[in-house]
Amino acid sequence: MMALDLSQNKHADVSFEEKERLFDLVKDDDRWHHVLNGCYECGICVAACPSAKFYDFSPRVIAQAVSREDVDLIYTLMSDSIWDCSQCFSCDRCPRQNSPAQIITIMREVAVKNGLKTAQKALEGYGRIIYKIMSTGSQVSPDMLQPDAFPDWGTHVYEIAENLEEWRKAIPPETLHTTETGWKIDEKTIIELYLIWHMTGVMDLIEGVDEGLFMILVDVMEERLEEAGYDDVTFD
Amino acid sequence: MIHLPITNASERTFKADPDNAPVTDLREELFQLEREGELEVIRVPDNHVELMTKYGRMKKIPIDKTWHHKSCGQCGHIPGYSTSIFWLNRQFGLDYYDPTDQTSCTSWNYYASATSNPEAQAAVAVRNFAAAAEVGYFPLIHCGTSFGHYKEVRHALVHQHDLRRKVKKIMERLGKKLVIPEEIVHYSEWVLAMKDRIAERQVIDMSNITATVHPACHYHKLIEEDAIYDSEIYGAQRTAIVTGTLQALGINVGDYSSWYDCCGFGFRHILVSRDFSRSFSVQRKIEVMKEEVNPDVTVTHDTGCVTTLDQSQFAARAHDRNVGIPVMADSQMAALAMGAHPYKVLQLHWHNTDNKPFLRKLGFDVEKVWAEFQEEVDKIKSGEKEFMTWEDADKNLKK
Repeated sequence: MMALDLSQNKHADVSFEEKERLFDLVKDDDRWHHVLNGCYECGICVAACPSAKFYDFSPRVIAQAVSREDVDLIYTLMSDSIWDCSQCFSCDRCPRQNSPAQIITIMREVAVKNGLKTAQKALEGYGRIIYKIMSTGSQVSPDMLQPDAFPDWGTHVYEIAENLEEWRKAIPPETLHTTETGWKIDEKTIIELYLIWHMTGVMDLIEGVDEGLFMILVDVMEERLEEAGYDDVTFD
Repeated sequence: MIHLPITNASERTFKADPDNAPVTDLREELFQLEREGELEVIRVPDNHVELMTKYGRMKKIPIDKTWHHKSCGQCGHIPGYSTSIFWLNRQFGLDYYDPTDQTSCTSWNYYASATSNPEAQAAVAVRNFAAAAEVGYFPLIHCGTSFGHYKEVRHALVHQHDLRRKVKKIMERLGKKLVIPEEIVHYSEWVLAMKDRIAERQVIDMSNITATVHPACHYHKLIEEDAIYDSEIYGAQRTAIVTGTLQALGINVGDYSSWYDCCGFGFRHILVSRDFSRSFSVQRKIEVMKEEVNPDVTVTHDTGCVTTLDQSQFAARAHDRNVGIPVMADSQMAALAMGAHPYKVLQLHWHNTDNKPFLRKLGFDVEKVWAEFQEEVDKIKSGEKEFMTWEDADKNLKK
C-alpha cells in the first residue's frame, strides 16, 4: 500500500495560485454549500469507509482539509487520494451531515475538467468503458464478458464467451436479445443521448482525459448524428 | 436529589415521527415547484401500496403501470436478475412496460470516472423520466446505483434553480418536458410491497434455508430518509429491504457483524483496481458471513453488489480463503419460491459462485433442470427457434 505523501514537496512544481484556482472551482460548485458543514474529527466516516481499510485514504482528512481551506493539502489530495474513494456514501453517516464522498465527486470533476495528469492516470484502462457508455448508452454489455477482460473472474467467463450468442437468445425478455448493448435501445434514444452530451459539454471532459478516445467517439457520434439529420452538431 | 427518568434499554420503544424528522419531505417542495410551473410531477398510479421510510413518512410504491428502468450490469452480465423482475410481474398479470426508449442512467460511469457533470447527469435522468411519462407509465428503477443517483438528481433539481433552468432548456431542444416522478422507487421496494402475495403463491419450501442479506449502500446510505424501514424488522433500526421479503418466504435470515459494510464494488475499482474490490468483498463480507452464519445463500438487491460479491470469490479460492456462498438478488429468490426455472428464468448459469448445492437443498434435480434449459439452447443452435420465449421458460413451471 502506497503511503500518501503529505509533504509540501510532492507538488512543489505547481504554483500556489494554480492550487488556489482549482480549490476555488470546487467551492464555486452549486453543491458546495450542501456538502460541508464543518468537521469535528469524530472519525465516524473513517470507521465506515471501505477504502480507508485498504488504501492510505481518509474521508476525515479530506473533510478537514477543505474545512481549513488548506490549499496545498487539498491539491495533494486532489492529485493522489480522491480516486481511492469507493463512492459508496457510507461517510454520509457524518453527524455534521457533511458528505466527504460528494466533496470528492466535485474534486474529481474539477480534476478531470482541468486535465490533471493524475486524473488521466487514474482512468487508464478505463477507456473501453467510456467508449461503451458514450457511444451506445449502455455501460456494460454481454460481449465484454471475455476472459482477457476479466481473468480473475475465472473459468466460467470462458464458458459464457463461447456460448454468448445462443445464451443471449435464450433469455425470455425480447429487449435482452443483444450482445453489444445490455438491452435493445432505439436509434432516436441514442441520438437524444448524443445531443445531451453535446449540449452539456461532456465531450470536452473526455478530450481532457484521453484525446485518442475522444477522436474515435467524435467520429462515431457525428456520423450517426448526420444520418439522423443533425449535420450542424459537431463536437469540435 | 435529582430524579432521572431511567428507562430500561429493553423497554425503550422507537417510533418514527415524520413531523419530527430531521429532513423535509422533498415531495412538498416538488409539488410547490409544479404549482409554480417549473416542472411536472409524474404521479404514482392509483394501484399502489404505502410503506414506511426511515423517519416515518409513508412512501407510495406502484404495483402496476410500471416503466422498467433497466440496469446495464444486470442486463449485460446477470440477465436473470432483470428477467426475474419481469417474470414476477407477468405471474401476477400486472401491466408493465419494458422500454427500448431507455438509456443507462450513466451513473456507474459518473461515480467511477467523473467524466460527466451535473447537467448531463440530470438531463439523462429527466430524459428517461419523460420517456416513461410519454407512454403513461411510472418509472421503476432496477439498479441500486441508478436509484441512489436519481435521488441525488431529484434533490439537486428541486434545490438548484440554475440546474433546473439548464435541464429544462435541454429538454425543450429534445421536445420533452421537465418531469420528475413523485417517488423514486426501487424494484426491491416493489418486491417487498408484494411479499405477501408472493408468499401466497410460494411452491418451494425455503424453511430449511439460511440466508444473509447485504443492503446496497446507495439504497440506504445515500438520501437515507427515502429507504424503507419497518418496526417489525430490526426494530426499524436498519432498513427492512430484502430482509422483509426473505422472511415472508420463510427463510432464516442470519445476522453478521459487517452487515453495514459496503460490498467493495467501488464503481471504478471493480473495473480497473479489482484487487481492492475482491479483497474487500471477500475479507469484510463473504468470510465474515461464512464464519458467523455459514449461509446457504447471500441475497442482495443491486447490480454492483451481486457482481462484486459473486465474482470476487473465484480468485479468493486460489488463496484458500473461506468463501463459497452463492449470491442472488431478492427478485430471483422470490421468483424461485414461486416455481420459476433456475436456468430459464433465474439464468443462474451467468453467476459465478457454485449455486448447485443451494438448488439441491431446495429439492431441485440440477442435472434435469440444466437439461431442460439446454434443450431450449439446442433449438436455437439448430435454427428450430430464433429465441426462447416466456412460454418456453414456463414449460416446466413448478406448481
